[in-house]
Amino acid sequence: MSKKLVYVILGIGVLISVSYKHIEEKPKYKNSLSEYGFFSDLANQIPNEGVIPYNLNTPLFSDYAYKKRFIAVPDGKAIAYNDSVSFEMPVGTKIIKTFYYPLDERKPEKGNLLMETRLLIHEEDGWTALPYIWNDEQTDAYLSLAGDLKPITWVNKKGKKQKLDYLIPNKNQCKGCHIRGKEMKPIGPAARHLNKDYNYKDGIENQLKYWKEQGILANLPADFTAIPQNALWEDLSSTLNLRARSWLDINCGHCHSPQGPANTSGLFLDIHQTDPYKFGILKPPVAAGRGSGDRAYDIVPGKPDQSILVYRMEENDPGIRMPEIGRTIAHKEGLQLIKEWIKEME
Amino acid sequence: MKIMKTLTHLLTLSLIIFSQVVLAQQPSENMLQNMFVGAEPGDTIYIPAGEYNLNRSLWLDEGKDVLILGDGMDETVLSFSDQKDGAEGIKVTNSNNIRIESLTVQDTKGDAIKVQETDGIAFINVKAEWTGKPDEKNGAYGLYPVMCSNVLIDQCEAVGASDAGIYVGQSKDIIVKNSVAHHNVAGIEIENSLNADVFDNLAYENTGGLLVFDLPGLVQKKGGNVRLFNNEVRDNNYKNFAPKGNIVGKVPPGTGVMILATNNVEIYGNKITNNKTAGTAIISYYMTEEPISDTTYYPYPTAINIHDNEYSRERIRATFKGRMGKLFRLKLKFGKDVPHIIYDGIIDSKLLTESGNMPDESKICIRNNKNQTFANIDAENDFKNISDDLSNHDCTQSPLSSASLKNSGDE
Repeated sequence: MSKKLVYVILGIGVLISVSYKHIEEKPKYKNSLSEYGFFSDLANQIPNEGVIPYNLNTPLFSDYAYKKRFIAVPDGKAIAYNDSVSFEMPVGTKIIKTFYYPLDERKPEKGNLLMETRLLIHEEDGWTALPYIWNDEQTDAYLSLAGDLKPITWVNKKGKKQKLDYLIPNKNQCKGCHIRGKEMKPIGPAARHLNKDYNYKDGIENQLKYWKEQGILANLPADFTAIPQNALWEDLSSTLNLRARSWLDINCGHCHSPQGPANTSGLFLDIHQTDPYKFGILKPPVAAGRGSGDRAYDIVPGKPDQSILVYRMEENDPGIRMPEIGRTIAHKEGLQLIKEWIKEME
Repeated sequence: MKIMKTLTHLLTLSLIIFSQVVLAQQPSENMLQNMFVGAEPGDTIYIPAGEYNLNRSLWLDEGKDVLILGDGMDETVLSFSDQKDGAEGIKVTNSNNIRIESLTVQDTKGDAIKVQETDGIAFINVKAEWTGKPDEKNGAYGLYPVMCSNVLIDQCEAVGASDAGIYVGQSKDIIVKNSVAHHNVAGIEIENSLNADVFDNLAYENTGGLLVFDLPGLVQKKGGNVRLFNNEVRDNNYKNFAPKGNIVGKVPPGTGVMILATNNVEIYGNKITNNKTAGTAIISYYMTEEPISDTTYYPYPTAINIHDNEYSRERIRATFKGRMGKLFRLKLKFGKDVPHIIYDGIIDSKLLTESGNMPDESKICIRNNKNQTFANIDAENDFKNISDDLSNHDCTQSPLSSASLKNSGDE
């Protein structure tokens, strides 16, 4: 066989493999959710020992999806408490979050439609985000780095049939929210989000206390009044300001913070921001484009309908809506809250 | 031996046929997503000729030495007219030495190609466009590197952006050359960026041709050391279709070159033709009539050197549209003889020497341009003493050094 021919064949082979480089799911990640053994009953999301369920004060809105959250910390290791940012967690920690819709929000017995389970795994070289998509049979979820768009229907609390294209983010989109500076970080597990009661199978208890008792949280202050607490956005016993800032904190602050990817805008919506200009009051947009909606400032006190913030929460167009990732429809109730907050401003 | 040879021939033939069949097919959207998400250092993401209708942004993160390659600007066309997710067509973040070459990104809902926090990004022979009549519903930016370093934009085209066609923001070490921008609000804009060379480009029929802006409230505070040379900037008289609230929404139709609050800018060898409102405008941030809350921000343009350009214009009136139009109509009253170079005259009085002069190194210098007509419009004193006296500006600044790129994806 002539050498030339060999090169031709090789060349064509390379050409095919280059043009058709289909990334196989890397073997270093498990292909299915069941392989991790987090659950004794996977379909009903009943966790095994050592996999602790939790929830947050005000959570991120994701197209009205319900979420179940769990954390698994390696034996003998503990998370380090701090009061301002998401906790530093031991290598080997896994955070599990399943997105689902009740088929009928009025009748839980009808069951759930499980969409996806996102894992955050703390590896030696940092956090990795892995999206697992549930199969149609609802028996297991499988790794998909490319994400997907799935049409779904369910019945809401008012008995109305709801329809949307549910978006499962690709691996990079996970990072779109979870990056801090150059590093991936979890968002929810921070003192202010976790500081609330949870109904465990052995009774109701504050989550932070429970974590401490389980030995997975170190350095929790004895004085509980020293621990920050975000409001539940719909809890009318909190102040309007704290409810609104809590909603913005979890929905916007992960990107719109000095270390977040939306720092290009100079608009900072995390709860730590105290400069009114930086959280939007009479601040003109920088690179909003048509996202400005012909409005001049992010927040015009007293005038929600002249505030860009409100416009971008209302709109569903992918070039306008905020957050960019994770919603295709507006959170009507959250929007109402932010409108009230702006309306009350002097 | 003969059989062996025949077999080999057959194998080759079948491989060729197979490759032709496979290559003739376009990868599916999911395959493209996988190629972007899974790109390893040194990879080529090859997108063969064809028109692709994509629902979701393509996103490359933490890429290293990755080439995103099409078969030609008009051969590989990624259309996002049915986009359901993502605020841009292609997004590159936190990467190193990335080259995007020979493709078009079309009709995205937001920006066409956004590259953020990346050292070494080259756009070669890439088009970003919104088809149809320019519309405020078009996305904001065509080619949009932000917070990047070592940026090369070469032989590119940008059409129909409702903000800027080619927009380099909060970046440093930049070359934009051999590119064309038309029917955008801003053709080419350099904003809060350091060390940029913009040359051999054509900007036509935008609202404003070439803009160099420094804006308050941003992470990279200060731009400067920007050279605009050997560009053709003509007929930038298109109506301003930017959505309100955006700073370029304030750029009057008919703007050739605009320097806003930037320091150390050299403009030379350009052909600036038939821009009806201002061939070249030099203004402070105060002209935007926006409040400044950023205490570290410097709102005055200084050390601007405009020389050896060629100006010409038809004898027509400046725009009458918007705040600036009102200014031209009611205050400036140039009629059809609009000066080529317009300076707002708002100065930083703290800079003045004891004798009340601007120190040489901060001056706005205008010398040796063909047809250099001038007006200082005295905006600080309600346009009372509009003056065409160039004597305060008959000077030159030492030439700025050229931008040099490392690791730009352009070997």
